[in-house]
Amino acid sequence: MSDTTSNGAIVKHERHEDLPPPKSEVGMYGWLYHNLLHPWYNAVLTLIGGAISFLAIWAVLDFVVFGAVWSGEGREACQTEDGALIHACWVFVDARFSQFMYGFYPEVARWRVDFSFLLLVLAAVPLFLKDHWTSGKVGLGVAGAATVAVFVLYGPWPALITAFMMFAPHGLRFNRLGALLPRSDDNALVGFGVRAALMVLGGIAGYYIGGAIIGKNEALSLGWMSLFMTFGLVALNRATVKAWIAFLLIFIYPFAAFLLWVGDGYGLEYIETAKWGGLFLTLVVAGTGIAASLPIGIVFALGRRSNMPAVRTVSIAFIELWRGVPLITVLFMSSVMLPLFLPEGVNFDKLLRALIGVALFSAAYMAEVVRGGLQAIPKGQYEAAEAMGLGYWQMMRLIILPQALKLVIPGIVNTFIGLFKDTTLVLIIGLFDLLGIVQAATTDPKWLGMAVEGYVFTAFVFWIFCFGISRYSMHIERKLHTGHKRR
Amino acid sequence: MSETSAETAKMQVSDEAAIEISGMHKWYGDFHVLKDINLTVMKGERIVVCGPSGSGKSTMIRCINRLEEHQRGTIIVDGIELTSDLKQIDQVRREVGMVFQHFNLFPHLTVLENCTLAPIWVRKMPKKDAEEAAMKYLERVKIPEQALKYPGQLSGGQQQRVAIARSLCMNPRIMLFDEPTSALDPEMIKEVLEVMVDLAKSGMTMICVTHEMGFAREVANRVIFMDEGEIIEQNEPEEFFNNPQSDRTKLFLSQILH
Repeated sequence: MSDTTSNGAIVKHERHEDLPPPKSEVGMYGWLYHNLLHPWYNAVLTLIGGAISFLAIWAVLDFVVFGAVWSGEGREACQTEDGALIHACWVFVDARFSQFMYGFYPEVARWRVDFSFLLLVLAAVPLFLKDHWTSGKVGLGVAGAATVAVFVLYGPWPALITAFMMFAPHGLRFNRLGALLPRSDDNALVGFGVRAALMVLGGIAGYYIGGAIIGKNEALSLGWMSLFMTFGLVALNRATVKAWIAFLLIFIYPFAAFLLWVGDGYGLEYIETAKWGGLFLTLVVAGTGIAASLPIGIVFALGRRSNMPAVRTVSIAFIELWRGVPLITVLFMSSVMLPLFLPEGVNFDKLLRALIGVALFSAAYMAEVVRGGLQAIPKGQYEAAEAMGLGYWQMMRLIILPQALKLVIPGIVNTFIGLFKDTTLVLIIGLFDLLGIVQAATTDPKWLGMAVEGYVFTAFVFWIFCFGISRYSMHIERKLHTGHKRR
Repeated sequence: MSETSAETAKMQVSDEAAIEISGMHKWYGDFHVLKDINLTVMKGERIVVCGPSGSGKSTMIRCINRLEEHQRGTIIVDGIELTSDLKQIDQVRREVGMVFQHFNLFPHLTVLENCTLAPIWVRKMPKKDAEEAAMKYLERVKIPEQALKYPGQLSGGQQQRVAIARSLCMNPRIMLFDEPTSALDPEMIKEVLEVMVDLAKSGMTMICVTHEMGFAREVANRVIFMDEGEIIEQNEPEEFFNNPQSDRTKLFLSQILH
């Protein structure tokens, strides 16, 4: 109701009540109406489109699922009476499944691979739980249960390794070694020097003591492990359980897993890396690439934005060089050319060379992704951090990188997924990853004509992993969202 | 208002210098931004800097904590000279708090974490003590109930008050304010100014770049007018507003005091 008052103002006195929306705007009917049925020609298109999709999907499902042969003996199980193959023959995948998973890794030793992945899962699980699940009695209980389970499944040595990975974070939480050392901000050089010296000492001690007790072959890995362990002890002061878990997973687990896979000591048979293959190899290459590319990429992204000309030039050169060449070239160079430049008798493992190549290659991509994030952070964030007296590394670690990395999660995951699939290229240097071993199996005279099944299976496995990575990244994005659209 | 201003003007100003700037020049490339700046700020003194945009007022106070580098002259803050020595810069920054026009809170941290970050990492304060201190300052700026929210969930005025509390958590001896109310809606300016007045009355050494002339009259001991990179005029607020000496000051005041 509007009134015109004596002085000419137009005034409204009552509030208009809220009315229910018309039927076509809400609910199931509203959705159907707007998206499929209105106006009439959209209803026609809906019918035609629906029919085409139904026929296509039905044909695929019929070949892959409904008409497919799931069990039987040999190729014959899938053939019709006149010898034709009409539907998918999963008998092939079933028969070769373990080879697809492990490559030529000897059957008796495959438990090592199983155990190492189980260990990874067990040790990493607390990282994904809420804090009160990880520390205290619950955390210790989980660690105990895991150790017992591994003991039953794999015996005493694996149980010991599991116990270390699971219990250590709880004990190491009380580590205060770092507090006894000179603080790095009192006298930067002395503090840094003491820490570096301790690390090297720890490494050397681990090398000789470990080598003397267990054997020469393991000495180098043990040395590295104890070097990193000393690093953790002096650097992680008052770290939480989760921080220690992350530390052990990043710095200790890879060495332990590598020792386990190669063997040659501890009563384990030596298995050369040329025998590794299948999904196992794919995960090793992709896992190494993913784990290494992010930190290396961050360093080069920071380097590229540095004020120091030398650092900046080196970073730009690294990024442009690695990004400018195809991955196939990198792999070829590492496997064929590099040995030519090395002196006689010096020999790196071929897989190791490929791993380094893949890691550096993807690090260059990652550096550019991260740089995009760094550039999106407003200058005010840097200024606020500086004005509070934070140093460069504190500012980057606490303020800039958490925000920048969050912004570029889609880009990072994109690179991860790309890398995961690019690992199939190791085929050209004679390593049999999942795709490689499936391809090899399809050329087996006993199983001719199974290429489609092989590729569909491979595609499915890759899709499962990539989709998993993608969903997890979306979850992380949601979790890190703090509603800061405003500045 | 005039009574309170008389009262606050008498508030103790020590005869010790907190900041001494002498013969300071700064260039951006060819552009001479700051020309022969000489300014001594006593401990406990509250100074308001005003002037048209582009006059170098922000740049000047940003030189005081070395967010900007000066090329000639000396700046001595709390007895420490600002040179390219990183250690001395860090020492100065620990003692000098700064509040920005756009707040610059850290959006990925809660209000409480924003406040405790620097005390924990720069002052190496135990987390518990830092949190206690932070709550005390959040109470002082009247938003303790927002401690666990993220900055993006607060209004502009609340964010700026958090920014002030965040600076205070470092226990600074000097506070710099760079147009703290310019990005705020009119109804939020008051709540921020109240906090600043309260802070001024507690005897904090402050330099505020602001156009809030009411604030200047109420708490400042001195108003400084800058134009084209120079300090044109400085005086006590009453004199400055009622009896400006230079033509440029008169012109500026006529434009902002309608």
